[in-house]
Amino acid sequence: MNSKKLNKFLTDKFGDKIGNLFNEIILSFITSLWFMILMFPIMIIKVNTIDQTIIWRWHNLIYIGAGSFVLSYLWRKALKLKEMKSRTEENSKKSFSLSESLSNLSESKFHYPAMGVTLLLFILIPVFSSLYQTTVLSSALIYVMLGLGLNIVVGLGGLLNLGYVAFYIVGAYSYAMLNTHFGLSFWVALPIGALLSTVFGILLALPILRLRGDYLAIVTLAFAEIIRLILQNEGDIFGGPSGINNIEPPSFFGFEFGLDGKTVLMYYIILFMTIFTIFVIFRLENSRIGRAWQALREDEIATKSMGINVTMTKLTSFALGATWAGFAGVLFSAKTAFINPDSFTIWESVIILCFVVLGGMGSIFGVAIAALILYILPESLRAFAQYRMLVYGISLVLMMIFRQGGIIDVKRKHYKLPDNIKAD
Amino acid sequence: MQLEYFISLLLGGLAKGSIYALIALGYTMVYGIIQLINFAHGEIYMIGAFTALIFSTVITYTMPDTAFLINVGISFTGAIIFAAAYGFTMERIAYRPLRNAPRLSALISAIGMSILLQNYVLLAQTPDFLPFPSLVPNFSFLEPIEYIVSSNQIVIIVTTIIVMILLTLLIKFTRVGKAMRATAQDKTMAQLIGINVDKIIAITFVIGSSTAALGGVLISSNIGQINYYIGFIAGIKAFVAAVLGGIGSIPGAVLGSLILGLTESFGSGYISSDYEDAFAFIFLVIILIFKPEGILGRKDNQKV
Amino acid sequence: MRSKKLLTLFLVVMISLISTFVFSAGNDIIIGVAGAHSGDLASYGLPSVNAAQLVIDEVNKKGGIDGRKVKLLIEDDVCKPEVATNTATKLVGGKVVAVIGHICSGATKAALGIYKQSKIVCISPSATNPPLTQSGDYPNFYRTIAPDDAQANVMVDFAVKNLKVKKIAIIHDKGDYGKGFAEFCQAYMANQKGSKVVLFEGITPGSVDYSAIINKIKLKGADAVIFGGYHPEASKIVTQMRKKKMNMPFLSDDGVKDDTFIKVAGSYAEGVYATGPMDTSKNPLALKAVADHKKKYKSEPGAFYLNAYSATLAIVNAIDKADSTDYEKIRTALQNEYVETPLGKIKFDRRGDAIGVGFSVYQVKNGAYVEVK
Repeated sequence: MNSKKLNKFLTDKFGDKIGNLFNEIILSFITSLWFMILMFPIMIIKVNTIDQTIIWRWHNLIYIGAGSFVLSYLWRKALKLKEMKSRTEENSKKSFSLSESLSNLSESKFHYPAMGVTLLLFILIPVFSSLYQTTVLSSALIYVMLGLGLNIVVGLGGLLNLGYVAFYIVGAYSYAMLNTHFGLSFWVALPIGALLSTVFGILLALPILRLRGDYLAIVTLAFAEIIRLILQNEGDIFGGPSGINNIEPPSFFGFEFGLDGKTVLMYYIILFMTIFTIFVIFRLENSRIGRAWQALREDEIATKSMGINVTMTKLTSFALGATWAGFAGVLFSAKTAFINPDSFTIWESVIILCFVVLGGMGSIFGVAIAALILYILPESLRAFAQYRMLVYGISLVLMMIFRQGGIIDVKRKHYKLPDNIKAD
Repeated sequence: MQLEYFISLLLGGLAKGSIYALIALGYTMVYGIIQLINFAHGEIYMIGAFTALIFSTVITYTMPDTAFLINVGISFTGAIIFAAAYGFTMERIAYRPLRNAPRLSALISAIGMSILLQNYVLLAQTPDFLPFPSLVPNFSFLEPIEYIVSSNQIVIIVTTIIVMILLTLLIKFTRVGKAMRATAQDKTMAQLIGINVDKIIAITFVIGSSTAALGGVLISSNIGQINYYIGFIAGIKAFVAAVLGGIGSIPGAVLGSLILGLTESFGSGYISSDYEDAFAFIFLVIILIFKPEGILGRKDNQKV
Repeated sequence: MRSKKLLTLFLVVMISLISTFVFSAGNDIIIGVAGAHSGDLASYGLPSVNAAQLVIDEVNKKGGIDGRKVKLLIEDDVCKPEVATNTATKLVGGKVVAVIGHICSGATKAALGIYKQSKIVCISPSATNPPLTQSGDYPNFYRTIAPDDAQANVMVDFAVKNLKVKKIAIIHDKGDYGKGFAEFCQAYMANQKGSKVVLFEGITPGSVDYSAIINKIKLKGADAVIFGGYHPEASKIVTQMRKKKMNMPFLSDDGVKDDTFIKVAGSYAEGVYATGPMDTSKNPLALKAVADHKKKYKSEPGAFYLNAYSATLAIVNAIDKADSTDYEKIRTALQNEYVETPLGKIKFDRRGDAIGVGFSVYQVKNGAYVEVK
């Protein structure tokens, strides 16, 4: 079916407005017919070869038909809107570069109060919220750290790492083992875990930095799986599938806390570490090395010809990314007090990657917001238990289609010469 | 005894490799043409298998007199057609609007699609494992060697060889195949010489999904059960195989899959099956360190 | 512009967080029910929700415990340790006095620390990991199912004494449960004279083919196979073994003693041995529990239903006898007061294992599990 011809035929016959409407209805109808056929076996027929039953759910056919009719109409509308928007944006970019740079300027001034309010909110949360909320938020903040760490590798460095969870494992297990075997406290283990993770990142990166793009992705994925398998099989050293339990929560100058106190303390430690992460990455982003990462992401050859040591740059990006995963790992095992290999599957890496891309590659606040929302979303969708992962999948797809750059689309920094200096 | 053991490991590995190959072919074709790691490919394989289960169950329960071969024929055809339709729809919804987007956006969209399809089947059908009927006939002339290799495994190996030959012929000698190669090399240029790029990409998805469905039915029939999650693990393995052989290359995907299958089989046969997955991954890392573009991959010169 | 967006987004997050959390406390006794209620392990967790609900309904019909109504607070942990900690804090926040659950050993371990700190008793119908009770780390933990080592002991005894097995291959699914069981079997085998373990290995769950490990079992000349794990893998292995004409006895654990296994493996399941909780289906209370379930939910109860039913009865009885919801008093009552349950007359020992709950061996005969005497 040639949709353009159809459209022309209809508009010629009925005039623009009604013709377009007819056209839309016909297209929606065809789509809904298509989906009714497509989803027929799986949605209508439910077989159970255990009980040897077949259930025919004909009512689903009506839902599919009606649903896809409406959705298909909305879908095309939304795509059209998006196209129009991107067109106008392109035009405005050309003509208003000045105003944009102005808004960039005012933005940086406006940032501080907003950040202050946000920070205050986060500090006050344990005071007015329940224990459960604080725990969930602590976990979410750990994911923020992970997202930010991976952001260094993927968002800034442009190296696709599908095995980021490997470094998270190193952090988590190093605290768990140092604590249960040698009785080391959280505060000593925190830097050690991060350091081990960094070293591990360097060791892993050395042989594989030659690889590009998706080859790098699959090798990192492979490494993460190998590590998980080792943890699972070597029961004598790593506790095997039953993992390590009774990991001590952090102490605080010898004070004794109840569950409430411990949860809140943990929350503040994690919050502090998150802020520290944001601060450091913010500083890194615009440093010499941060610029080098971004250059690398945009164009490797150009970067090389600018005299930047590509291998070193990649290595630092990998290693620094690993450091934050190490911190997050230590925090994770201190928080849950029990870890086992099941918490560190491929899915974990994939979900963290989703945070980075959805937040907007390279954007610190975007990634942080995405991690918060995406972690809390399934948690607050508990009421819809069964449907929450379905919703999650749909939101990922929709988000990518209608906002490709992520929540905060990072624009490259522009520099303008001040007016009083004239370029020759 | 030792020789027999070796042979059965060899054939077992080949069969396993062939299974991976049927999935990896779709992976590699899609990757070759739009450089997308189609995370949801494993889900298409699962949906294919589920469709076959539904068709064959409906036939067996409502028309018990139907001849076995007709049942098998309808189930296989149904699975292939519906999986192809799912592949086509998926491309239309989740990937086409992202044609000019950053590649990572398309990857996340694929991940989203994968989660979506898994949960769709979970909710519409069942979270439990279901027994899967044996849709591959047991050949009586294979009876004497049944203790070394099952007739299911032979069917899988033979099917993979046929599919690979057909696909190679398709890509080498037909118009569509040429158009595919052109699109893979340079989309803009292909468009300029009058190739309908969107159509070619859709065809690639349809073909890839069909082979995945074929694989799905064969494997489920061999293993005897199915649930909504079988696609994910198989998908990851097939992806590894495709990369190992040089992603984008059809003989590469098959070779990579066979190597993967054999490594796993011999690794768990002679060393320990504790590390079955690890052998495959270690092998992959070693190969890629020495030959970063995969075994049969083209060396991609960096464009400036 | 940007920061405004930031703020709105943040507010959305906060509101969604707060809106998830509404609880009413009162004079009611609240009992938590935790376990996998969604996802692929839901079939293990949902029966315990039904069981608890039925018991509570009955108790409330009779006027509650000491005049106080009993309420359930049901929370999902998807059998994941990291989610279980959230679930546990949510239950603690809901002021529960005791928890029925969790279902999986890993999730239970993660949650127990939180209950311990908040002084909440936790009775699991299905967490069989031995250290949960034997390590002494969790005085607040009880269970109405026998631990894995008891199961392994019964299994090995049966294999060596009844089946007269000389060479045994032990395989497992590398999981917490399966590998734990397999390791106990290996340890008990070491004490058996004249029999030995010829193969001890893990398989990869979800793999598309198990022919390599099956060939290996054959090569090692094992005359029986013990498998530690759940029924999906067990049925794949048994099917492939039988197809290869390997007809040696196949023995497995409680995870396989499930009717689904027989239905999935079909005729290949014939003759398979599995250990499972002692058959109490003739117990009048068990008959009543099953009948009630059929009446209310119009379906057969699932896995661990009777265990969860007993767990709920035990905790209700303990609160009743203790005349209080005080942690120490409930513990004392659990350890001293016998209670009639579908599993028989039980109380708990000092470590938290139920006295009077054990395992026996079953075999598949004509498509059903039959206790081997």
